[in-house]
Amino acid sequence: NTRKLALYGGRQTITMIPGDGIGPEVMDGVKKVFLAAGVPVDFEEVPVTSANFSPDVCCDAITSIKRNLVAIKGNIETDVDRLDFDQKSANVTLRTSLDLFANVIKVKSVPGVKTRHDNIDIRLIRENTEGEYSNLEHEGVPGVVESLKIITAESSLRIARFAFEYAQRNNRKKVTAVHKANIMKLGDGLFLECCREVAKDFPDIEFNDMIIDNTTMQLVSNPWQFDVMVMPNLYGNIVGNVCCGLVGGPGIVAGANIGNKYRVFETATRNTGKSIAGWNIANPAAMLFSSALMLKYVGLHKYASLINHAVVDTLQVDKIHTPDLGGSNQTSEVVDAVCQKVEKQAFKVRYDQIPEKLRGW
Amino acid sequence: TASTVPPTEKDQVCTLIPGDGIGPEISDAVMKIFDAAGAPISWEERNVMATKGPGGKWIIPLDAQESINKNKVGLKGPLGTPIAAGHPSMNLLLRKTFDLYANVRPCVSLEGYQTPYDGVNLVTIRENTEGEYSGIEHEIVDGVVQSIKLITEDASRKVAEFAFDYARKNSRKNVTVVHKANIMRMSDGLFLKCCRETAEKNRDIKFNEMYLDTVCLNIVQDPTQFDVLVMPNLYGDILSDLCAGLIGGLGVTPSGNIGANGTALFESVHGTAPDIAGKDLANPTALLLSAIMMLRHLGMMNYAGRIEQACFDAIKDKKSRTKDLGGDATCSKFTDEVCRRVKDL
Ligand SMILES: Nc1ncnc2c1ncn2[C@@H]1O[C@H](COP(=O)(O)OP(=O)(O)OP(=O)(O)O)[C@@H](O)[C@H]1O
Ligand SMILES: Nc1ncnc2c1ncn2[C@@H]1O[C@H](COP(=O)(O)OP(=O)(O)OP(=O)(O)O)[C@@H](O)[C@H]1O
Ligand SMILES: [Mg+2]
Ligand SMILES: [Mg+2]
Repeated sequence: NTRKLALYGGRQTITMIPGDGIGPEVMDGVKKVFLAAGVPVDFEEVPVTSANFSPDVCCDAITSIKRNLVAIKGNIETDVDRLDFDQKSANVTLRTSLDLFANVIKVKSVPGVKTRHDNIDIRLIRENTEGEYSNLEHEGVPGVVESLKIITAESSLRIARFAFEYAQRNNRKKVTAVHKANIMKLGDGLFLECCREVAKDFPDIEFNDMIIDNTTMQLVSNPWQFDVMVMPNLYGNIVGNVCCGLVGGPGIVAGANIGNKYRVFETATRNTGKSIAGWNIANPAAMLFSSALMLKYVGLHKYASLINHAVVDTLQVDKIHTPDLGGSNQTSEVVDAVCQKVEKQAFKVRYDQIPEKLRGW
Repeated sequence: TASTVPPTEKDQVCTLIPGDGIGPEISDAVMKIFDAAGAPISWEERNVMATKGPGGKWIIPLDAQESINKNKVGLKGPLGTPIAAGHPSMNLLLRKTFDLYANVRPCVSLEGYQTPYDGVNLVTIRENTEGEYSGIEHEIVDGVVQSIKLITEDASRKVAEFAFDYARKNSRKNVTVVHKANIMRMSDGLFLKCCRETAEKNRDIKFNEMYLDTVCLNIVQDPTQFDVLVMPNLYGDILSDLCAGLIGGLGVTPSGNIGANGTALFESVHGTAPDIAGKDLANPTALLLSAIMMLRHLGMMNYAGRIEQACFDAIKDKKSRTKDLGGDATCSKFTDEVCRRVKDL
């Protein structure tokens, strides 16, 4: 492992931003599960919320992530009616300051979670820094607003290459680029052109492209045709949420924001769930799956797998389901069940971590 | 044409643009069914071919323009836009010519045709003239493209007002505005503001606001929670196709374009299907449902209800389904079946 990680005394320090809404509750679950499994990770908690948000607080968070290189994060609420027009949302600020150019979500059906379509297994890769999210808008004359969408060859090539490398690394067969180049001939046209260009370097991976409106129609009727998908920012938001809906909602899908240097792990839908916050009914599975993605990244594969299995078991075998999955269990019941499972199995993982010659002592 | 009954005084005259590809076949089917139902409509057929006007600009042929301006209602089959043909999409040109600012697509589960989703009964209303489709784009420097999304108060207000109006006329209870004002603060913010203000003036209809992403998330989990959705152009494009996917695809989804001075043009949203054109294989359902929307627009609720029932019943009967719905009936067999049923109703 050539990555320089923030290891102190053999333990990894990771930034944790609980965020707003259900963020703190599900992060609490993550902490409990990590403790139960004995994961060698310490969290440095940085509370950034919509209430205390200021450039200073944001700067603290960024400093912490820059020091630790890895973070796990809940969503920070954006109050549309309170923020000034030229202020970016806290979430976007973090992503752009750390140049987290790729958002990857792992859309995978969990057996035992009943949905209309089974066995979905899609990886969605979304350009995370430009497009419609560039925050360039103006009202030239009253009542007429222009909003600029920016597509650059540099970012498009970068995300396309990322997608193909991801596909290659993970033994995936096909990459689908999603766009609206028939209407936005220059902007989305450039994005598509870049994807085609990069595809040439990966002859073993099948490449196709699809128009965004058709994509959503195909997803609800035949989602199995998709493998890895790559797209500009806004379409990623749309298609990502459609995908999450297909496999059971915001409560079970994991995601990550990836840059060359830093990674911030989040749930796929990045929502705050304000309406259910504080009721102990949010589904912690998405954040737990995200925490496992994070553990894999820092090299703690065994712990990651341990947690993944425990979560799947809880949902599939024990059928401990929160209301979003049609069940009546509480957040804490899911967390407790996962904790019990990992606690039972953790010795195997720890045993594995002991150097060979010391075993049996 | 199939018209056997001579038009009476009471007949409403409607412009009919049969269109290209499968257009003529499915238009014929609709006319037959309307005749069988005795719907008081007489059709004024006009062809729309790409035509150059004085000054070299592409225009809609003048006789078609006149007809639509006079009748204010029309039904249209698909018009082909051959790639690299040199002329713009006639579908778009029609929208521009008659300032058809709102696109309405009801998505209702077809009784008897099984998809993973049932009980869908919602309507998407899409702003049809601006937004991301403004067509203003440029390459600022090499490799950096800027596309402009244009939102105006005028167009936003018009489509918002139309949405509430539509909800009231069609006995719908709830209008949801779909937006992304947390990211596009000014543009979607303006659209949202116009919807909020319009809602204030229409207190009899419930109003709520939702983020585009949340709608996407929820709609594939439980589409039955939605009623009327109103939104800017691109979101409408995407969501209306998604909803079409829920009920079985473009072959069964109708749409209407509503414009200035009450002009309304109803159309099937599917294309010309050149691969099956002229083979009597097309499914006329989408155009028929569009024609039924037209009847409702004209206040002929009774005829609309009867024809719709006959159409749904015919689809329920697996023997009369066309190929796209998994059956082996021809277009004319399906049409005859609907005619037979509508006479019995
Ligand atoms: N982990 C979770 N478990 C269960 N339900 C969730 C979870 N996360 C989000 N939801 C639900 O998903 C839906 C969308 O999330 P959310 O409430 O964040 O929507 P939103 O439109 O972004 O509103 P806001 O962020 O302002 O609360 C809501 O119904 C919410 O309750
Ligand atoms: N983010 C996730 N969402 C849903 N299920 C997951 C997720 N991550 C892992 N799983 C499931 O949890 C179980 C154990 O995960 P494990 O870590 O051993 O494998 P994995 O490498 O994450 O999964 P896979 O090989 O399928 O990518 C497997 O059944 C896997 O499919
Ligand atoms: Mg939210
Ligand atoms: Mg479309």
